[in-house]
Amino acid sequence: MATYILKRLFLMIPIFLGITVISFAVLHLAPGAPTEMQTMMQPKVSLEARARLNAIYGLDKPLPIQYFDWLKRLVRFDFGRSFSSDNRPVQEKIMERLPVTLFINILSLVLILVVAIPIGILSAVHRYSLFDKATTLFVFIGFATPTFWLALLLMLVFGVHLDWLPISGLKSLNYEYLGFWGKTVDLGRHLILPVLLSAFGGLAGLSRYMRSNMLEVIRQDYILTARAKGLPERVVIYKHALRNALLPVVTVLGLSIPGLIGGSVIFESIFAIPGMGQLFYGAVMARDYPVVMGELVIGAVLTLIGNLVADISYALVDPRIRVR
Amino acid sequence: MKAPAKILEISGRMLLVWGVLALISCPACSRPEDSSETPGRPAAAGPPCYGDTLITGSIGEPSNLIPILASDSSSHEVAGLIYNGLVKYDKDLKLVGDLAESFEVSKSGLVITFHLRKGVRWHDGQPFTAADVLFTYKTMIDPRTPTAYAEDFLQVERAEATDPYTFRVTYKKPFAPALASWGISVLPGHLLEGRDIMKSPLVRHPIGTGPFIFKEWKAGEKVVLAYNPDYFEGRPYIDRFIYRIIPDSATMFMELKAGGIDNMGLSPLQYARQTEYRKFKENFNKYRYPAFAYTYLGFNLEDEKFRDRRVRQAISYAIDRGEIIEGVLLGLGQEATGPYKPGTWAYNPNIRQYPYDPVKARELLQEAGWRDADGDGILDKGGIPFRFTIITNQGNDIRARTAEIIQRRLKEVGINVNIRIIEWAAFIKEFIEKKAFEATLLGWTISQDPDIYDVWHSSKTRPGELNFISYRNTEVDALLEKGRRTFDQGERRKIYWRIQEILAEEVPYVFLYVPDALPVVQARFQGIEPAAAGITYNLIKWYVPKTEQRYKIVTVDR
Repeated sequence: MATYILKRLFLMIPIFLGITVISFAVLHLAPGAPTEMQTMMQPKVSLEARARLNAIYGLDKPLPIQYFDWLKRLVRFDFGRSFSSDNRPVQEKIMERLPVTLFINILSLVLILVVAIPIGILSAVHRYSLFDKATTLFVFIGFATPTFWLALLLMLVFGVHLDWLPISGLKSLNYEYLGFWGKTVDLGRHLILPVLLSAFGGLAGLSRYMRSNMLEVIRQDYILTARAKGLPERVVIYKHALRNALLPVVTVLGLSIPGLIGGSVIFESIFAIPGMGQLFYGAVMARDYPVVMGELVIGAVLTLIGNLVADISYALVDPRIRVR
Repeated sequence: MKAPAKILEISGRMLLVWGVLALISCPACSRPEDSSETPGRPAAAGPPCYGDTLITGSIGEPSNLIPILASDSSSHEVAGLIYNGLVKYDKDLKLVGDLAESFEVSKSGLVITFHLRKGVRWHDGQPFTAADVLFTYKTMIDPRTPTAYAEDFLQVERAEATDPYTFRVTYKKPFAPALASWGISVLPGHLLEGRDIMKSPLVRHPIGTGPFIFKEWKAGEKVVLAYNPDYFEGRPYIDRFIYRIIPDSATMFMELKAGGIDNMGLSPLQYARQTEYRKFKENFNKYRYPAFAYTYLGFNLEDEKFRDRRVRQAISYAIDRGEIIEGVLLGLGQEATGPYKPGTWAYNPNIRQYPYDPVKARELLQEAGWRDADGDGILDKGGIPFRFTIITNQGNDIRARTAEIIQRRLKEVGINVNIRIIEWAAFIKEFIEKKAFEATLLGWTISQDPDIYDVWHSSKTRPGELNFISYRNTEVDALLEKGRRTFDQGERRKIYWRIQEILAEEVPYVFLYVPDALPVVQARFQGIEPAAAGITYNLIKWYVPKTEQRYKIVTVDR
């Protein structure tokens, strides 16, 4: 088991380097440098001013050198400074936003697990029942609905017309003056829509996945055997079938972490939540290379860790994986 | 999220440098009857009183609150309330003293002397003096300062603080836009001198002389300012100013309706169709006045097809501007005839006009040698059919729809038009800067000073410069040079009027429309007086009657 993990860890290094090289190259291939985004189409900004800004940011150096400069800093866990005019360290910018994004994503992951797995099991066990058909319908709606559209619709209904929930942001203006419970309730009210929305797509996918896994397992011979031995249906389903059906779900969960972070871009922008997604979107639009690279690195690391955790847990529950 | 503000972004931010906020308006110009919408409910009586909070929504987050380092409009909008310049534009867009009590320009136009206000204090209590102005100037021209706006200040030959309250600059050559350039925010020298300005705490915690004092900045969330009790023009009535960052404009509109923000700029659609119900009218006052911007169709003059002036004139006749304004702006705009705003002193009303006239357009095209020889409905010349592509930037629906209307109208006179919509950065970088286009639909913001040298002078046709249509006219060149060396407004008016005559004759651009600015403000705010400079020029005079105040908690400490 230890060698397995070690091997996996070492394999991560070239993968990680590959990811950064590709990201760096793609980022610089996109038209428009940060200094150009700040200066183009503006009278009063001369070409000389642009050249001067380029020199200040080191953008006049050849691309490979820029990459190695960046990599050298990264080894020392220094992501550099943002090219936006605030010039703050990238770590600082990301760290002030990472907790919000992680918090929302963990909440929505929990929501997905708590809701999707039971739905999947129930609709597999009671295949073609009314419940199954209803969830199938729900799932397809879930797949088909654009998140931003649904978000705006919910805001309109719950925020503007009914006035039950706040529309955007994370805290009310008087947040600082509230007591502990007041703060919790305020935060909770602000979180309902974003968490629901960020879970929505995943909910549909995972419940479908759970259902098909369960169906797969129920058809297996050993389930037939278990039934034949006269075990109660509950034991057959929840003890024998479920454990095996959950295995692939573990992997999918590990793989879904980067997807959740990617999804943050949309709902954080719509709900004006000061998280990583919003930062990322702004940084991409402004071609703020260090911030974009910083976020991509964190995304890559999270993805790799997610995969690793998935593989390890897989290996833990299924001995066949370990032996090799 | 940037896209909707494209029109403003081009030089709109330069206006902000001069301390005029984003919602710029028109002078007593044109249509007074609809320059401002009737308030939805009668203005509550009562004298101005202190208190309450104004919450504004913004698509973008400020990046740097030392304004000379920032190039985004959000930064300038917030910093404009915290800092002052030496001069500013008043409500009628006349240049007046701000931190300077008075100023004079020498007869030669080479020396400008500013007499500074006495008794002004920085928000940290230190006195403001000419040393601060000198420091700001030195920072602007320092090659290590990452500012994009050094240009105007590099023209200065000598700057000196002759005494604590007198600041004098001498120019190499007379430079008319110079005076306005001193509208840049003056920085506190005592806090920045000898330090790396990029790493200064003032980047995120600015200290100025302005009507509002910086309180806090929550990244991605909001910037909070509080009133300055001893502002030299008087304490603002509003206690707090909160700038909320809401990246999505649809969300912002809903926040407005739900009371989460108090003002924003509306789109024509929101103004005309989505706010015309009783409840909204009761709670909000809508305003409307021509924006300082225009949209145009620009030809690449190096393209063979557009060399002939008659072709360009024909296209100008073939486009129905009224139809574009009705259909795309929902009537919320007016026709543009040149690069200035109708009603301003630089605008020449007596120039050649191009009313919609397809017959004349066809005649002109025929004169220029374009006829439909093969009978396919498309004009041709030497066997080459007349077709070209209009490019415009993605994310601006109004421009995309304008292009479609132009496409249809030009088809009627036998010109086949394609439309290509390209992401902003790629659009500028790959097409505009490389001059790899036939025609483009774009907008400019009109600056307060009529100097349009950068857009029209033939020396500004290098890749990356703003005369990307490659317009070259020796008379215009000479006039533009003269215009920036002349201080007398009457003289300048003659110069810029002549330029407009030439442009109208030559049609390097088809000038299309001047859109309206459409701000909306929660009805509890009183004291708003729309003027040439928009509505926010007198923000410190806005107030909310005691009975209608919503937010009570305010602590002000220094």
